[in-house]
Amino acid sequence: MLTRTKDEEKTLKVVGTRPVRPDGEPKVTGLAQYGADFSLPGMLWAKILRSPHAHARIRAIDASRALALPGVKAVITGADFMEQPFEYVGPERVAVNYWHMTRNIMAREKALYEGHAVAAVAAVSPAVAAAALKLIDVDYEVLPHVIDVDAAMAPDAPLLFEDMITRGVEPAPTRPSNVSKQIDFRLGDADAAFAAADEVVEMSFKTAPVHQGYIEPHACLARIGADGQGELWSASQGHFVVRAYTAKLLGMEIGNLLVHPAEIGGGFGGKTVIYVEPVAAMLSRKTGHPVKIMMSREDVFRATGPTSGASMTVRIGVKKDGRIVAARGVFRFQAGAFPGSPVMNACMCAFAPYDIANVHTTGYDVVCNRPKAAAYRAPGSPISAFAVESVLDVLAGKIGMDPLALRLKNAARTGTQTAYGPKHAHDGYAETVEALMKHPAYKLPLGRNQGRGVASGYWFNGGGESAATVHINEDGSVVIATGSMDIGGSRASMAMMAAETLGVPYEKVRSTVADTGSVGYNHVTGGSRVTYATGIAVVEACRKIIDDLRGRAAQIWDVNPSGVVWEDGHARPASAEVGDFAPLSLKAIAAKRAVTGGPIVAEAAVNAGGMAPGFATQFCDVEVDPETGAVKILRFVAAQDVGRAIHPSYVEGQIQGAVAQGIGWALNEEYIYDKNGRLSNAGFLDYRIPVASDLPSFDVVMVAVPNPNHPFGVKGVGEVGIVPPMAAIANAIQQATGTRMTELPMSPPRLLAALDSAEGA
Amino acid sequence: MAKHHVTTTINGNPVEYLCETRQTLLEVLRDELDMTGTKEGCGTGDCGACSVTLDGRLVCSCLVLGVEAAGKAVGTIEGMAEGGGLHVLQRKFLEHAALQCGICTPGFLVAARSLLEANPDPSEEEVRYWLAGNLCRCTGYQKIIEAVLDAAREMREA
Repeated sequence: MLTRTKDEEKTLKVVGTRPVRPDGEPKVTGLAQYGADFSLPGMLWAKILRSPHAHARIRAIDASRALALPGVKAVITGADFMEQPFEYVGPERVAVNYWHMTRNIMAREKALYEGHAVAAVAAVSPAVAAAALKLIDVDYEVLPHVIDVDAAMAPDAPLLFEDMITRGVEPAPTRPSNVSKQIDFRLGDADAAFAAADEVVEMSFKTAPVHQGYIEPHACLARIGADGQGELWSASQGHFVVRAYTAKLLGMEIGNLLVHPAEIGGGFGGKTVIYVEPVAAMLSRKTGHPVKIMMSREDVFRATGPTSGASMTVRIGVKKDGRIVAARGVFRFQAGAFPGSPVMNACMCAFAPYDIANVHTTGYDVVCNRPKAAAYRAPGSPISAFAVESVLDVLAGKIGMDPLALRLKNAARTGTQTAYGPKHAHDGYAETVEALMKHPAYKLPLGRNQGRGVASGYWFNGGGESAATVHINEDGSVVIATGSMDIGGSRASMAMMAAETLGVPYEKVRSTVADTGSVGYNHVTGGSRVTYATGIAVVEACRKIIDDLRGRAAQIWDVNPSGVVWEDGHARPASAEVGDFAPLSLKAIAAKRAVTGGPIVAEAAVNAGGMAPGFATQFCDVEVDPETGAVKILRFVAAQDVGRAIHPSYVEGQIQGAVAQGIGWALNEEYIYDKNGRLSNAGFLDYRIPVASDLPSFDVVMVAVPNPNHPFGVKGVGEVGIVPPMAAIANAIQQATGTRMTELPMSPPRLLAALDSAEGA
Repeated sequence: MAKHHVTTTINGNPVEYLCETRQTLLEVLRDELDMTGTKEGCGTGDCGACSVTLDGRLVCSCLVLGVEAAGKAVGTIEGMAEGGGLHVLQRKFLEHAALQCGICTPGFLVAARSLLEANPDPSEEEVRYWLAGNLCRCTGYQKIIEAVLDAAREMREA
């Protein structure tokens, strides 16, 4: 083809600049509409009754007193939803089981965690709905519960599912347990290879579950008509997935449900799944009214997905020269009340930054009486990295090697075999390590009670299904529509890639997120996939537009289309032989739209492969207060391979946000349960995420190793930045205090206790 | 129970509304007056997403009752842009990419305006402490702080 994308960096005019996002103004004036901001005439308000028990059989639910309250329109329970087949659907790493999903939306036989939904009310006002909840009588048989993952794996643990036989073990166990799945990845012979190591370190670790902590609680508005067709306004990371799940649970055809993408107030993985949408839809179906549900913050903590807490053992052997010869990891993950922790990711990512000939990882997916885990930024990888990167730090100390040098010596490169199957197809890791080695702050001296810690991280990054539509308007302006929720500036990056491809100014391109009836399927905004995969769809649609515009120019000039090239936003004759024609701008061709064939529109749909993984290496300096155990972050330097940044400000923002979440995970955040299995800190006062005064400014180092599979070299950037911080901070605390922390969070009381016991020893 | 008739001023305009005793100012703004720019992030005064001013004082509207606004002046995000243009803070938030999802942004802007009215030349540390009552989970705060400092600079020079 004669069309081409200019992918030489020096010729890029829009990619790499920092324009204002097209959806910015409504978001600074309060006009942008998020999940809770939609209303319809005749709308009812719904509230959800939640189990006060961590584990209880539901013997009966009597809603008659609630239904008698004036203003109450309907009450639903799990019995209102159709049964779903028990089967795992889709690729193992992200498999879905609708038998579990419908039970998580609304409990049936048992309540499996405190906060588990057991009934829902629709009423004329929030106050009436809240009053009605108190009038629903649930007869519970309280059962023994289990919260901790190691306790849940014990032979005598209370069982959440009396028939759960561990998958992935041959021969299959004969007795049921809370272990849903065991998974193993092997490369070489790790057990034998440890014998060749000069130093071997084995340590055990625990991490607490942490919540994604998006500031917007889940909310939606649903309208299901008597004709079986419905509409949903929902804040999610993927309205096509919301549509599919909700239709499935309600027994609707997908085409009968139109989902409008509300602006989303943060997700970080936690809004790739549904909670309130099928409940609002079912209540709307039952009442004939639109129904709105807003979760409270307490509901969000008690009933939506944190990521797993874990118990882990990692063993690594090295030669004196720093070469890693063998690695073994055992990762036990809390899935929460239903199977599906990210333990498989944890196993796959654990040693992925390194070239190690002998690796064995084992993962256990373990149910316990907590809310079902949901994806959280690079799900699984930060947890296993905390263990692996801590052990590497100990080994570096033992052989007297700089921790960055140890990592560089073992860095995975293109062609390195992973333990989970494929060979690495991209570089980028070593470059992040080298960037920190050259960083001026890495050699700065430290003061009393101060320490410096290093850690690295790996994340797959996603590709997958995306579709985009591009329209050229009669005045030469451009509208692009995708179905990828904009969670942090992706409308801007889509518009920039379109402007660059078409050769028009950024301001000529308007970028929208369309509803499920107006654009082709887009998978969730997750896996750091949107700028990569949806970006490819946008660029491909723009290339189709260019072919169309070349054809129209050829028609106007009465020449063969192959004699027309597209350069800098203009159709030009390919050579003097074609004819002496003045270039035709996109605007000039658009003005002749009707007489050259009608609307100028193109759609592209892709299932994008070829994505490159994310690599990050970070160091931080901390100061520990020996009197209180409080850790102050003095400096944080985060290097990440970004491929090529389309809008560098939003790339920096992803890395800064990921590091801040990692600091919260490392130092403060945890779910605290009482002896009855009830969450004690279901609010932002007691579940304390970092605030502005807790943090310094971070130093982001964007390393650019372009991905040749994307027209502009993009690699996903959203997630991997959260992988290293926990270990980096633990390693820094070790250097500051001489005390090795192996349990998260490293909160003041826990660190103080560790310091005191080290002093006493 | 009879609703209360409240007469107040919102963003300089006279406003009357009916509300229940238990309704918060946040609920009144969002559910009775359709002013949904003020966001609910927690309902317990911990996140600052519902920040408004009440007679010039920065408050969480989820901790104020609707009836308490009687006779007072309420300032919300909807009143921040002046004439046809954005407030300097709003413009700087956009130029600095100080928002990702944007749900906390109205609260941050109202709180930051309040800061700059009290202290036109804050240090970075003063900005970080003033805004410590506003939670943001996307940005790590850095670009927000940069935007506020840049806005303060421009407003001082104006």
